[in-house]
Amino acid sequence: MNKIVCNATLAGSMILSLAACDQSPMQEYSINISNVTHGQPLSPPVAMLHSKKTQLWKIGEQASEALEAMAEGGDGSGLLSTRPRNPQYQANAPLLPGESIEFTLEARTNKVKNLSIAGMLVNTNDAFSGLNSIELVDLKAGQSSVYYTYAYDAGTEFNSELNNTIPGPADNGEGFNAVRDDVTSVVTFHSGVVSADDNFTDSTLSGANKFDNPILRIEVTALEASTKK
Amino acid sequence: MKNKLLLAMALASVSISNASAVDLNITFTNLTHGSHFTPLLFSAHDSDQHIFQISTTASQSLQAMAEGGNISGLAADLSAVNADITENPAAGLTAPGQSVSFEMTTQPTNTNLSVAAMILPTNDGFVGLDSLVIPGDAGTYTFYLNAYDAGTEANDEIVNGGGAPGTPGIPADPLGQNGASATGLANTENNSNVHIHRGVIGDTDATGGASDLDSRVHRWLNPVARLIIEVK
Repeated sequence: MNKIVCNATLAGSMILSLAACDQSPMQEYSINISNVTHGQPLSPPVAMLHSKKTQLWKIGEQASEALEAMAEGGDGSGLLSTRPRNPQYQANAPLLPGESIEFTLEARTNKVKNLSIAGMLVNTNDAFSGLNSIELVDLKAGQSSVYYTYAYDAGTEFNSELNNTIPGPADNGEGFNAVRDDVTSVVTFHSGVVSADDNFTDSTLSGANKFDNPILRIEVTALEASTKK
Repeated sequence: MKNKLLLAMALASVSISNASAVDLNITFTNLTHGSHFTPLLFSAHDSDQHIFQISTTASQSLQAMAEGGNISGLAADLSAVNADITENPAAGLTAPGQSVSFEMTTQPTNTNLSVAAMILPTNDGFVGLDSLVIPGDAGTYTFYLNAYDAGTEANDEIVNGGGAPGTPGIPADPLGQNGASATGLANTENNSNVHIHRGVIGDTDATGGASDLDSRVHRWLNPVARLIIEVK
């Protein structure tokens, strides 16, 4: 029956037919992010729903320039602009330690099955955290999944911890710089910060900026249709 | 139609009789930012076997692996108990961020998986997995592995080429970021059983100081490796 309707529409207008033929239901997801670090504000986090094949980063591969800009300077807009038509979200303020934010994203379930989230640990050279293309397809309406995220190193800036190299409030220094000078030039997990309180006297960071995994607690809930606003 | 059905049943029965051997696709990733792994050892064995256990003394074979990266002793021990073994699938060191993928076929009685490799540069640190029960159902499973200390050598953090069991010091830093002429950190090992590694201390003095390791480069946070097992 649907097929007949679609075919009839196709004869009239190609654009209309695409909308009318897309019978996949909409699914809305509520996403709650908590920053569980002691002293690492997260740059305004960005989130996007996308297809399975999209990955904003890969362990062992070089960071894209958009990832570098987010990891060094906290600007995640470049990551979102790689898929401008996808359902996406960008917070308007950093997510401070101990705080949470909540937002929703909605998409047709046949097109966007995966979720990515990213934000910089702003009191570092190039550390970030988030979720990399987690599958939502098994999350049924009314169900929630909780994720604890790791700290990543973009591999684009040496973890010098020196004055004027860190954009967060611990230093108020430089953010993104296209120069790549890290000892490992691919995305890996992060080794943590040393800090002046840990015998690295030239560090602009203090013990208050140290962190350990996990970094964020993220709860994703597939909302039931009746709970939609 | 009937013939097709019979053929399908025959194929199904063949695949069931072959299901005794388990085929695994394994992908292993070094997640650290500044540490290499020496040649990796993967083994499927029965549930009674362990290449290491937390809070027990390391075997001589484990010590040789953890202090110098030598997995031949562990492989010989495992061969003696009819384990399925994959030695050195990365053909050498596994660099920070690097992955290695390979297949393993395991005998039906070898239900558990263990993994080990030395972390360089450390005195006796290793990435390990102790006797994980291999999932029985087909699917893809992800595990994260921690860094352990074999408890067999003091973590003096002096890079001097020392890799033989009982020889103090660290064999090398494949990243080439180590310093020299350090006075040395710990000279005793207070916990002589296998335990979670406390991490590298390091310093930022390349020509002296207490450690030859660089605190900005050679530290890590757990987990240090990712293991993805696809059960076919």
